[in-house]
Amino acid sequence: MRVCPTAALRVSNGKAKLISNRCIDCGECYRVCPTHAITVQQDDFSKIFSYKHCIVLIPSVLLGQFLREISHDEVAKAHITLGFTSIIEVEDSVEYLIGKLNTYVDTAEAKPVISSFCPAIVRLVQVKFPSLVDSIALVRPPLDLTASYIKTNLIHEGVPENEIGIFYITPCAAKIVAVRCPEGEEKSEIDGVINMDFIYNRIFREVKHSLPEEGEQRFVSELSPRSCTWALTNGEASCIDGHCLAIDGVWNVIEFLEKVENDEITDIDYLELRACDESCAGGILAPGNRFLTVELIRKNASSVSMLSIIKTSEKVTRYESAISGRTALTPLQPRSMLKLDEDMAKAMLKMKRVNQLMCFLPGIDCGVCGSPSCLSLAEDVAQGNASVSQCVFLQKIMEQNKPDPEHSFRIMKRIWGENRFRKDCDKPIQNK
Amino acid sequence: MHFEYRVQGGDFVRAGQASSQVKKILKQLNVSPSIIKRVVVALYEGEVNIVAHAFQGKIYVDIDTDKIRVVLDDVGPGIPDIDLAMKPGFSTSSPIVREMGFGAGMGLPNIKQNTDKMKIASVVGVGTRLEFEVNLKEWWR
Repeated sequence: MRVCPTAALRVSNGKAKLISNRCIDCGECYRVCPTHAITVQQDDFSKIFSYKHCIVLIPSVLLGQFLREISHDEVAKAHITLGFTSIIEVEDSVEYLIGKLNTYVDTAEAKPVISSFCPAIVRLVQVKFPSLVDSIALVRPPLDLTASYIKTNLIHEGVPENEIGIFYITPCAAKIVAVRCPEGEEKSEIDGVINMDFIYNRIFREVKHSLPEEGEQRFVSELSPRSCTWALTNGEASCIDGHCLAIDGVWNVIEFLEKVENDEITDIDYLELRACDESCAGGILAPGNRFLTVELIRKNASSVSMLSIIKTSEKVTRYESAISGRTALTPLQPRSMLKLDEDMAKAMLKMKRVNQLMCFLPGIDCGVCGSPSCLSLAEDVAQGNASVSQCVFLQKIMEQNKPDPEHSFRIMKRIWGENRFRKDCDKPIQNK
Repeated sequence: MHFEYRVQGGDFVRAGQASSQVKKILKQLNVSPSIIKRVVVALYEGEVNIVAHAFQGKIYVDIDTDKIRVVLDDVGPGIPDIDLAMKPGFSTSSPIVREMGFGAGMGLPNIKQNTDKMKIASVVGVGTRLEFEVNLKEWWR
């Protein structure tokens, strides 16, 4: 409840409830949930068999999950065994994107330009920093550019569009939401999303069960070094001209955007902001240790074949002819959730009520009331979504003469559920 | 609604706290982002002025449904020539303050640019009072 950067969680009836228009899909709650009650929905895997051409887009982070004992070739082969017809790297379009982004940043009016790469950050800005929405780069992220490119090429080759299925293996939940209901796009080109932890298990099993074969076609990465590291922290910032900054971790991002919003920071051209610590390597669905993943991806990047470097400019030209004119996002809308009421006069009344309540609430943010902080409870009460009696401290004040413990128990049971009052030696405990 | 904030002269570490607080309040009151931006930019400049030049100060913010009115009162050296201080680029900041990235002489002109009404009164050796207003209903202008 307290890890949520937009205070979107409440506890009631023994369960966590999500205020959905506040949620930015960052997945911080998924990381800490002691009962693993939060699951990330994915598409049915068998969906891949309904397409004749079934392309899987693998991010560099996936290859970074398998330590040295499993080669890229084996990972690729496992994908084919699982039923995909071809494998393309998500970052295939990065070299093309770098050119587009540099032009965009160069001509942008509002500085700093905020990267549109991390979907959780895009939503964070919409929800918490509405005045900065116009600073988000209206350039489609690499995943979408690559998908458009593949689809265009296949259609060009004469493949009917309904026979093409493009699937993406995601290290995070925000990308799934970005595919299902994209911001700044009508519809995503991706046909399905598969969670990285799911595919990780499947690949591991395939690799362990298959015998090493010789002489088969080898999978060779076609990425340039900077494409390989794009999804890591500083991947973007190191490729954009001018004064660029890379910040990872959603709380770090919030701290910095507060300053940007006050106009305290003026001489920065581009902000690469990522919700997860260590960026996509720290995605909630990436099973490997993020630090090892980063190290492995950097190693891979430094050992890419000379061939891929030579091919880079050729690839940029091919992208330009296939998808130029389709690189922009449509303008984004703010989705502010902080307002207490649409009507300012009503909002002011509610704020007065909040300030009044804050005089009585203890300010220790214990969370027993089911709201993440005293301020959240006060706001919930002012909005009519909670009762002051949920605060154990206020119960004492309200029933000055004879506090009734039975009444208190009833309230606590309503918040935390019946079972919290029973002895339970197996209850999930967060080990931190 | 009325809010008050204390500002300590010379404390650059905390400069901007009042602006951040006011920003959060205005967001909760569903004030449009463009107006919030103008108020916050003006207030931040004013807050930094107190930190940079004065010994201490107080900020009073009054919000109603038509406008936001801010008064920044400080105890400090005062401004001998207000017209000169309003000129873009003019600054009396010490080299140390400039080194910290403040004191470019754009503070007061920037406040004027972002507000609908601005008044400054100062007594040398006593202090300065800066008042400004931002209208909330833009279509009235």
